[in-house]
Amino acid sequence: MPQALNYLEETPSQTAGPYVHIGCTPNFSGINGLYSEDPGSVMVNEQTLGKRIAIRGCVHDGIGVPLKDALVEIWQADAAGLYPSPQETRGQADPNFGGWGRSPGDMESGEFVFETIKPGPVPYPDGRIQAPHVTFWIVARGINTGLHTRLYFDDEPAANAQDPVLSRIEHRQRLDTLIAKSESSGVYRFDIHLQGPVETIFFDM
Amino acid sequence: MTDASKPRGGYIQRDRSRHPPAYDPAYKTSVTRSPQKALLSLPTTLSEETGPVFSHSIIGSRDNDLLHNHAAAGESAIGSRILVYGQVRDQSGRGLPDTLVEVWQANAGGRYRHQKETYLAPLDPNFGGCGRCLTDASGYYEFRSVLPGPYPWPNGVNDWRPSHIHFSLFGQAFAQRLITQMYFEGDPLIWKCPIVNTIPSRQAIEDLIAPLDLNATIPMDTLAYRFDITLRGRRQTYFENRPEGL
Repeated sequence: MPQALNYLEETPSQTAGPYVHIGCTPNFSGINGLYSEDPGSVMVNEQTLGKRIAIRGCVHDGIGVPLKDALVEIWQADAAGLYPSPQETRGQADPNFGGWGRSPGDMESGEFVFETIKPGPVPYPDGRIQAPHVTFWIVARGINTGLHTRLYFDDEPAANAQDPVLSRIEHRQRLDTLIAKSESSGVYRFDIHLQGPVETIFFDM
Repeated sequence: MTDASKPRGGYIQRDRSRHPPAYDPAYKTSVTRSPQKALLSLPTTLSEETGPVFSHSIIGSRDNDLLHNHAAAGESAIGSRILVYGQVRDQSGRGLPDTLVEVWQANAGGRYRHQKETYLAPLDPNFGGCGRCLTDASGYYEFRSVLPGPYPWPNGVNDWRPSHIHFSLFGQAFAQRLITQMYFEGDPLIWKCPIVNTIPSRQAIEDLIAPLDLNATIPMDTLAYRFDITLRGRRQTYFENRPEGL
């Protein structure tokens, strides 16, 4: 027998179930008085640098019905393209920006909203520049392993054309599923489709 | 086991044979909520190798005490008193400090505090079913609660969930983000549950079953279960990250 490598196996995923909001956004689910605010519900303050934007959308199932029991999280760089994380080694990110947001979706419509700032570009591992993007993570009842995807902006056509991730996509007609559409000044719409002809591109990374 | 001074590469590829597939018709809700196209392989970049930081200042003193964090003064939740603890580590065995652990669960009767919940078991006015903590310097967490009850759910006409606690984990990078469920040693419902059985590997299912740890119990007070959680690790190489052109 050769030596053992002794890596541990990752703990398997299980669905977040129908009551994910109890644990992750208790105030939203009516359990008040435990946490002063639901984590990830506020992303910016008055001092945060960068252009204010809002991202809105729904998560649709294969029938086209918006999910009302999903939890959507985003993670993004600050306006200068720096991540507020200890793993960021290129500089100090904006101390007034946490980079992370969480939305339970509207109780009636299922629509999620993030009020944030437009992220700056960040490098790919080989040094090329990635277009401004926001990382999404979606869980819900019926989703067995959290789904990763990315939002890019429709008003960054030049940067998107050079983006190393978007460039990897073989089926170019699916690229549009990753592009948020400007609805009005600073408001972007990004609908996520779990299945169907416009199924969103999800990543295995 | 690992050299912490060494530059680290991307995250180790997820072993999908230990995770549930998106589509499992025995878990009916997954049928219309499962992507049907292949996931697009994406080696992790800075966007996935970084992740949010949570301050100890947001954590209240009773956030990890579900026996009391929703209870009236001087009262506590009804049920078998349990303590759940364990280590959050990566695949290299490195404990992950200061990472947020969020939990939620049904009460001792198997009832959730949620407006869409319809099970006939009663609510416990002293139990909210929600808690959180940050891991310590070695990656350990602990919380106190009641043993959640099993409950029926509308999937098959007679499907029951085993007693379980939901866990949400962050780690240090968004690539490590994980939601899972912890089960209790000896529960006969585990192996009959369509959600448990979405996991294709028996060994992987066993990784979600917390053993009773009599050595960690509080005598005459609280039973203890240990549940260690492994998040994805990073490849390690001097040569992986290189400037453009080399």
